Amino acid sequence: MDFVFTDEQVMIADTVSAFLVESATSERTRAAMAADGLDRSLWASFCEDLGLAGIGVPEESGGVGLGMVEQAIVAEAAGATVAPLPLLGHAMLVRAIVAGGSHEQKDTWLSRLVSGRIVGAVARAEHWQDKGSSLSLVADFVPHGASADLIMVCGEARAWLVDAAQPQVTRIGHVTMDQTRPLATVTLTEARVEELPDGPAAIAAAEVTGLLSLSAEALGVAQEALDRTVAYSKERIQFGRPIGSFQAYKHRLADMMVLIEQARSAVYWAACALDENDADAWLALHAAKSFCADTAFMCAANMIQLHGGIGFTWEHDAHLFFKRARSIQTLMGSGNHHREKVAAMVLGEAA
Amino acid sequence: MKLGFSLAEEAFRDECAAWLQDRMANAFADIRGIANLTEKIERRKEWEQELAAHRWSCIGWPEQWGGRGASLAEQVIFAEEYARAGAPGRVNHIGVELAGPTILAFGTEEQKAKFLPGIAAGTSIWCQGYSEPNAGSDLANVRTKARLEGDQWVVNGQKVWTSLAHYSDWIFVVARSEEGSKGPKGLTFLMMKLDQPGIDVVPIRQINGEAEFNETFFADARCPADSLIGTPGDGWRVAMGLLAFERGVSTLGQQMGFRNELDEIIRVARENGAARDPLIRQRIAKAEIGLRLMRYGALRMLSRTDLSAIDGAALTYKIQWATWRRDLGELAMDVLGQAGEIAEGDAYEWGMLPNLFLYSRCDTIYGGTNQIQRNQIAERGLGLPREPRGDV
Ligand SMILES: Cc1cc2nc3c(=O)[nH]c(=O)nc-3n(C[C@H](O)[C@H](O)[C@H](O)COP(=O)(O)OP(=O)(O)OC[C@H]3O[C@@H](n4cnc5c(N)ncnc54)[C@H](O)[C@@H]3O)c2cc1C
Repeated sequence: MDFVFTDEQVMIADTVSAFLVESATSERTRAAMAADGLDRSLWASFCEDLGLAGIGVPEESGGVGLGMVEQAIVAEAAGATVAPLPLLGHAMLVRAIVAGGSHEQKDTWLSRLVSGRIVGAVARAEHWQDKGSSLSLVADFVPHGASADLIMVCGEARAWLVDAAQPQVTRIGHVTMDQTRPLATVTLTEARVEELPDGPAAIAAAEVTGLLSLSAEALGVAQEALDRTVAYSKERIQFGRPIGSFQAYKHRLADMMVLIEQARSAVYWAACALDENDADAWLALHAAKSFCADTAFMCAANMIQLHGGIGFTWEHDAHLFFKRARSIQTLMGSGNHHREKVAAMVLGEAA
Repeated sequence: MKLGFSLAEEAFRDECAAWLQDRMANAFADIRGIANLTEKIERRKEWEQELAAHRWSCIGWPEQWGGRGASLAEQVIFAEEYARAGAPGRVNHIGVELAGPTILAFGTEEQKAKFLPGIAAGTSIWCQGYSEPNAGSDLANVRTKARLEGDQWVVNGQKVWTSLAHYSDWIFVVARSEEGSKGPKGLTFLMMKLDQPGIDVVPIRQINGEAEFNETFFADARCPADSLIGTPGDGWRVAMGLLAFERGVSTLGQQMGFRNELDEIIRVARENGAARDPLIRQRIAKAEIGLRLMRYGALRMLSRTDLSAIDGAALTYKIQWATWRRDLGELAMDVLGQAGEIAEGDAYEWGMLPNLFLYSRCDTIYGGTNQIQRNQIAERGLGLPREPRGDV
């Protein structure tokens, strides 16, 4: 038992965070927000220069191996910069193919995804019409769905890969409150699809990866909201003293730190539990998703309040964190949903 | 980063679990599960001695002083198995967790030889004399005086809220030894025998009806000149060093007590139907999540090797658990409903959950109130300006 990063993990964290702080600037993020919410050249250098898009993919498939702790480290850094990257769908998709894809599917898709030549996304559908090799359905709220080249659609226990370039696939990208990760409606009309042979394994892999990534992202959002607010509170003077010297202000910052420390424990508990196949892994994921999302929202909301008027402007980055936090809260199940799962584990199912 | 235990560590788990379970099933079954500080105190002192006889009383200490030099993982395992077996709260926790580590860290070899065996063996029970009527949150405002007279320190003044002083053999006292000094300067850390004519202990009744803490009066109380830790005037450093031990491995044992309380709430909720209420379910889930996060926060803080950097997990730990437990007390009452407001017998005495509700109001006060915790988190953790000091 040793609940601290290894030297290698510290190095990955430093590298990815230095890269994103330097490259995922507010200016570039805003340019992506005005388009489809994806900074393609940033994604290209993330994949090619850093090589971290291959986490979770075995080396023989073009990946770099590594586990969920490393996955969380990357997602945390991406959250801290609200980077307009397709990381969520990417991580879910590659892990799904690794877990439930055929040899051929792994050969065809993994290296292209990992190298950044194609962008991946994951969608969920309630109803579908399956005619053997073609599929018809509508999937809502697909993160970066309008930008993706390859989409995995999940329906109950089945999962299909869909090449988004075919005319039988239409995608409508919506004006989305969080413009750094816009949502799309994806419609398949007798589209050509290839089913993943082990649907349940693919879906489970996508789900745990998504929940962990969102939790880690939320942690990054929360910590950055705190750090930037602390910095501002030391500069801004009112009543002849820094606003950070007022106790009411200090105590709100302290409360943020208390939550963030717990969120950090939650993320890396869940990551380790997954890596070590611990029996509590699902409990940890439900805990992490609900706790971290709420923490990110509380911190980002405080970031606006504690900046005063400037925090309410479009120009200031506070709203990027605030909107990302809000979208994390609803993606893949609300806090109440995940807490009910925890309740069912300790109390039994609701009557 | 790794959470699991090695095979050797699991073997250690089996060893201590077997020992603890045997004692709780047989020789010490009568004190199984007692959580409060004072019930059946004589039997529990015997239990301390049983632990000590088998080197289980302070396993993290060096072997020379009755410990096992246990690793962090072993201490974690022991804390878990201790609670799983239902072993009772440690009556000498102030000695084992505060006085002992302080003496180990700052004491002389003679002091170690004089005090540590009694602490390890459970034969000397300790209490903490920091707070005074005018020195609470502002601890440095201590006014109790100590002066050196020949080969003895002579102490005059008053401490308050001294937990367990009425059962203790020894007290550590922070006293002002330099006439006219102010604040953290000029304080001395003394270890004094309680049983002497110059010390008077008066219990104070608490909101739950029990009396665990006391006023402690000093009127020409005495102790030998070598009873101080550190040097005269250096007491603040020792006193603060001691407070850091409050965040040690013992927190894991404390968490296992919390586990028992939450389990009891879960049991009652299932029995009386509260578990069907969606809002109660949400709050129980939050409590479960909070408790788990406390465990992993503690493991992060204890696993750390770079002790020079600010440790966010350690700095936020007190307010985290205190607030969690206060909320748990409120949840307990909501789960119990009005039944929680009726005592079981004729006396003003409360069962586990109503007592949790009442008792937990002090968790956010003692050991630094929630407000003081926030000040410290903001100042030491975030580097914000310090609170201004008045001169009233
Ligand atoms: C059950 C129990 C057991 C205890 N056991 C011991 C013991 O064994 N040994 C021992 O030495 N002491 C013990 N204490 C004392 C405890 O440490 C003090 O009660 C605590 O530090 C608060 O001091 P106070 O009671 O003087 O309150 P005060 O310091 O007077 O505080 C009153 C209120 O003012 C607030 N406040 C004070 N200063 C500030 C500030 N700068 N900013 C914002 N708010 C502020 C506080 O948060 C609190 O809400 C015990 C207390 C309790 C309740």
